Amino acid sequence: MIKKSKQFIVAAAVSAACLAGAFGPAQAAEEQYFMLPSYRVGPYGANGAAWYGGFIDYLSYVNMKGGIDGVQIAWDECETEYNNAKGVECYERLKAKAKAAPGPIHVMSTGISYALVDKTAADKLPLAMMGYGLTMAVDGSVFPWAFPLVTTYQMQASAIIKFLKDKNAGSLAGKKIVYLYHDSAYGKEPILALEAESRLNKFELVQIPVAHPGNEQGAQWQRIRQEKPDYVIMWGWGVMNMTALKTAQKMGFPREKMIGSWWAGSEEDVVPAGDAAKGYMSATWNVSGKGVPLIADIEKTVYGGGKGNLSDKSKLGTILYNRGVSAAVLSVESIRAAQAKYGKGKAMNPEQVRWGMENLNLDDARLKALGATGLLPEVKTSCDNHEGSGKVKLQQWDGSKWVVLSDWLEGNKALIHPLFQADAKKYAKEKGITPRDCAAEAKKK
Amino acid sequence: MFYRETGQFKTSYGADQQIFPIRQDRIGIVLLLAVAFVGVPALGSEYFFSAILIPFLIFSLAALGLNILTGYAGQLSLGSAAFMAVGAYAAYNFQVRVEGMPVLVSFVLAGLTAAGVGILFGLPSLRIKGFYLAVATLAAQFFIVWCLTKFPYLSNDSSSGVISVPGVSILGFDFDTPRSKYLLVLTLVTLLALAAKNMVRSTTGRAWMAVRDMDVAAEVIGIRLMHTKLLAFAVSSFYCGVAGALYAFCYLGSVEPDGFSLDMSFRILFMIIVGGVGSILGSFLGAAFILLLPIFLDIVLPALSELLHLPFDGATVSHIQLMVFGALIMFFLVVEPHGLARLWQIAKEKLRLWPFPH
Repeated sequence: MIKKSKQFIVAAAVSAACLAGAFGPAQAAEEQYFMLPSYRVGPYGANGAAWYGGFIDYLSYVNMKGGIDGVQIAWDECETEYNNAKGVECYERLKAKAKAAPGPIHVMSTGISYALVDKTAADKLPLAMMGYGLTMAVDGSVFPWAFPLVTTYQMQASAIIKFLKDKNAGSLAGKKIVYLYHDSAYGKEPILALEAESRLNKFELVQIPVAHPGNEQGAQWQRIRQEKPDYVIMWGWGVMNMTALKTAQKMGFPREKMIGSWWAGSEEDVVPAGDAAKGYMSATWNVSGKGVPLIADIEKTVYGGGKGNLSDKSKLGTILYNRGVSAAVLSVESIRAAQAKYGKGKAMNPEQVRWGMENLNLDDARLKALGATGLLPEVKTSCDNHEGSGKVKLQQWDGSKWVVLSDWLEGNKALIHPLFQADAKKYAKEKGITPRDCAAEAKKK
Repeated sequence: MFYRETGQFKTSYGADQQIFPIRQDRIGIVLLLAVAFVGVPALGSEYFFSAILIPFLIFSLAALGLNILTGYAGQLSLGSAAFMAVGAYAAYNFQVRVEGMPVLVSFVLAGLTAAGVGILFGLPSLRIKGFYLAVATLAAQFFIVWCLTKFPYLSNDSSSGVISVPGVSILGFDFDTPRSKYLLVLTLVTLLALAAKNMVRSTTGRAWMAVRDMDVAAEVIGIRLMHTKLLAFAVSSFYCGVAGALYAFCYLGSVEPDGFSLDMSFRILFMIIVGGVGSILGSFLGAAFILLLPIFLDIVLPALSELLHLPFDGATVSHIQLMVFGALIMFFLVVEPHGLARLWQIAKEKLRLWPFPH
């Protein structure tokens, strides 16, 4: 009986809504528009499909729960194939639509984000680079529109060193660490940070580059065998990760002493390596699995309602899927923060969204309310800190799933952040940018 | 009818030797330039400039460079993207390291640097030919990208190896909007294209074509092979170098060595094959075909699938786009192996007889 009356109410509500739609005055629906220059084909298509699948699923989830305080989310995808020129084309194509009420722009590619940093600043659109991209944009005084949210390669490298230090009773003095990296912008960014750490902690750092794509690493691992390092820190991407794990197995280097970056620590990296990946560790700024209430709820609500974005549902709950969800959570929360200041239930303009991203305070209480406790670290941003967290967890592959080894570990901020500021200062000089005065802005508030 | 040159008498050598001897061609080119310089800037949108026209012009210039080398001088090269990289990085270094260096001068110096590197990698062409030479220029492709990655000095010690170029400003005027950048690129490309058109019908161009058609015969009639081939490498690399500098300064704004990959060299080669080997016009047509067709399909296909109620998601549309694109390339090459430029030539011949074909 109760069920029936419920059905009736729903039916009545639906028909009322239809009538209102048909006859009532057309209400200007508030809408926040996300442009998604995504990639689902090409060499990294599998990664992109999982990440953007998670991102879009969360946006659908928010819409199904009534939007951001009533503001519905709309989005368009545009295929970039991880190609810089195509990414720029997509951005230019969609930006006119995003001018009124944009969501943060996510491109999931370091190359494309580099090309967009200047363009978004000129167009005044917020650019988010979560765990990739131009890391010196942490300094918001030079980069008001770019946000390397959550954490950066440098802070991650520093956190990994911290993890190793804790493992070795607080000292790495006299140890030897090999840094094996993809010879591109992505692999080179952490070098300065690691060099600074090696001076501070007195360990020996050996740098070994791997040329793109990295499907042949015999020479590199031969060298590693000669060097006999205590640990190998690996900044790999795509096929390079699988090859490294397999070659390490062949050369007899223990996988338990290899630590990858967060782009070298997804299911896509370890599953193809099979047995060779067992015991391998990696950093991550989000956990995997469906154990997090939010992910389980997305599966129930979005996939239950037949609106899921993944064509391959087995990707649900993988590292990259959950990372997409985390990125979407941060984007939506930024808009919520902006709404709290500029008016609830209204679509936010670019300047307001930017303010929201710069004054984001995603604490444990809020994460709990979202059902995302433990999914991602707390994030609190400000004008001079567009990163907001700098924390990662360490996880280990047990042959079938990622097992989390540590709590959130923060890199050595006092050591790393001055490096960003120095880089940003140089950049501002080259480009002729006058930095904002963060201290004065903070005082005004 | 449209192309009848009856009644156009030439009374001086000058008139007979001008670039476009037929009046209709002259009117056509003036109209085209008027549209490009006045009409398009007045009407085009920002998207049109920064995502379509600027890359189209830049890649036309690069294709033009390769066409000089491959189409006119007959030396197959797979290193065009690498020479663009040399241009981009050279222009950046001249700008950043030399205080007060005018942008245009650094573009020219970038072209000259690329020309120097081109001559160096052109040396093997004196001994090897055809596909073997292509392999030798492949070495340039890998060596230059490796070099730019390896030596931090070349990227001004940027910690990531990516360079982010300073703004373009000439005589106090800032080229910071897409429209002004388009006009700058258009001016440079027009000047260089006219220069190329003139060059290929000069002594130099005739020497190139003689070498292309049969180098032994060319040597017998007194053409210096080394000089001719290396000049072709130098001029070609100069064009590619300027295109690379424009690519960095007027299009992307920040570039990394990996962006100038072998894939890009192949795309430039496809542009001249589809457009027409040994044709200035072909370089432009080919660049338009290879660059713009995918974008066109990308915009049309989703709308089409929605109209026909086909259940395509984003990835499927991208796959279909690749297939259609590939099929179209094959179609054009089967129908007209000499490229799109040849189609235009046939059209002109038909128009000359129209409406009374034999």
